[in-house]
Amino acid sequence: MDNKNKEVIDAIEAPIYLKYKFTAGLAPARFLSQLKQGVLTGQRCPKCDNVYVPPRGSCPACGVATEEEVVLGDKATVQSFTIVSIPIPGNPIQPPYIVANLVPDGANISFIHLMSECVNEEVRIGQRVTAIWKPREEWDFAMDNIRYFKPLDEPDVPAELIGHLSVNGTEN
Amino acid sequence: MGELAAVVGIGQTKYASRRGDVSIAGLVREAAQNALEDADLSFKDIDAVVIGKAPDMFEGIVMPEIYLTDALGANGKPMLRVHTAGSVGGSTALVAASHVQSGTFKRVLTVTFEKQSESNAMWALSTPQPFSVHLNAGAGGYFAPIIREYIRRSNAPSDIGIKVAVKDRLHGARNPLSHLNLPNISHQEVEDSMMLWDPIRFLEACPSSDGACAMIIANKDLVSESPKPPAWILGGAMRSEPTIYAGRDEVNPRAGRDCAKDVYAQAGISDPRRQFDCAEIYVPFSWYEPMWLENLGFADQGEGWRLTLDGATSLDEGGDIPWNCSGGVLSSNPIGASGMIRFAEAARQVRGDADQHQVKDARLALGHAYGGGAQFFSMWVVGANKP
Ligand SMILES: [Zn+2]
Repeated sequence: MDNKNKEVIDAIEAPIYLKYKFTAGLAPARFLSQLKQGVLTGQRCPKCDNVYVPPRGSCPACGVATEEEVVLGDKATVQSFTIVSIPIPGNPIQPPYIVANLVPDGANISFIHLMSECVNEEVRIGQRVTAIWKPREEWDFAMDNIRYFKPLDEPDVPAELIGHLSVNGTEN
Repeated sequence: MGELAAVVGIGQTKYASRRGDVSIAGLVREAAQNALEDADLSFKDIDAVVIGKAPDMFEGIVMPEIYLTDALGANGKPMLRVHTAGSVGGSTALVAASHVQSGTFKRVLTVTFEKQSESNAMWALSTPQPFSVHLNAGAGGYFAPIIREYIRRSNAPSDIGIKVAVKDRLHGARNPLSHLNLPNISHQEVEDSMMLWDPIRFLEACPSSDGACAMIIANKDLVSESPKPPAWILGGAMRSEPTIYAGRDEVNPRAGRDCAKDVYAQAGISDPRRQFDCAEIYVPFSWYEPMWLENLGFADQGEGWRLTLDGATSLDEGGDIPWNCSGGVLSSNPIGASGMIRFAEAARQVRGDADQHQVKDARLALGHAYGGGAQFFSMWVVGANKP
């Protein structure tokens, strides 16, 4: 048989979808249960007083368990961010979009979330934002109950105070 | 550190976006055979094999080391797998070295690889978890905000990253193994390339590569059995820190500073910029050069970008401390091997065996790798002089 003009197949694409059962553990289970009720919570370290969100049940810096629950508000500060323009196959979010590291008021650590209803070029470190939740009937045990964060008409937070605001948004 | 050990053989593959001519087994064997040839040895001279790669999900082959024993001549020999995310190439070299330094083995073959063409690393790094939103932003999406914070703190000119991107590609153009070969790359070309994760442009990010790197590490008593000059291992250190803790300095991670302090103490380094002749540092996004210049003590805090700007890290500009003469991660990035390539290229320099990207009379060099959320670090110092 003449194989000269035949294209050699040396690889095939075989996409698979893996579904996992996620065992949350004590602190994340509590966190996700509260999210289901539309409440964002963290946990305070008994040693250094820092509030973790999402709580993982311990403070890695002190090596101790965190138990005290702290209810956080919807307001947060932009610690840093990026404007994502790279097209990724299968991504439901259309680029360009803002991925921001946000510190909710009353917490001492940032998490990553989406920012929207904003002018991308005007997003900045220290900017104030608030959570926009999905409609109540769509709430699940998931962080994306918060659809995104949008800018607030409030003065920027100086860089050295980011991550150090009380739950009322005031300087600690 | 016990017994004195040295690198007596180095083997790399040609790096490319797709090495369709070889399987994973063929790829690692190519690197291993090149290393054996470089050391004038054969598989029978090897006591044990230490292998490393980044997450198994990258190629979708779980515990690939088990099937690679054959290709690496390791049947019936001890074999150990290392995994520390992107820093794995460096930590694998250190684990291999420790097996010689401890006196357990006389001669160890160490190999690392990635075959990114058989995978989708961006997908593998974006697994959904219920306690965080699934944003599909990949490694660039993770590191871009940290770079932005570095630029804010240091007041660095906005084009420092562009300068690094050009410099490392010009270095890479001297290296025939390089994945990217861009001898005519310009500042304008990098500036005009697509902004992927602001402030990271397409040409400020590393490519996705297939490739493998191997080294043979021998006890001092066996060094003379290989013909080429050895690279003496003068120090090695690893450090890690949690990805997430309140007050963590993501721009200038403590684990990196502590790791450098440790390895410098072992090798008697007090002024890295003056004492090292060159360094191979893990810079997958251009801005990590000034950031690591500070983290590793080559510059004061907030001043790293000045070295880059002045051409201190450039071979082409005659800099006093060239970084990534091989082209670095920005020119070739087979993830699991990228750290070992840094370690191996540092060794090539002090062996005087780096061809077109050789730093003249290099006697002392630093190899560095980092991984995960910049929380795993591994470093070694190699020298031409037997301590
Ligand atoms: Zn604590």
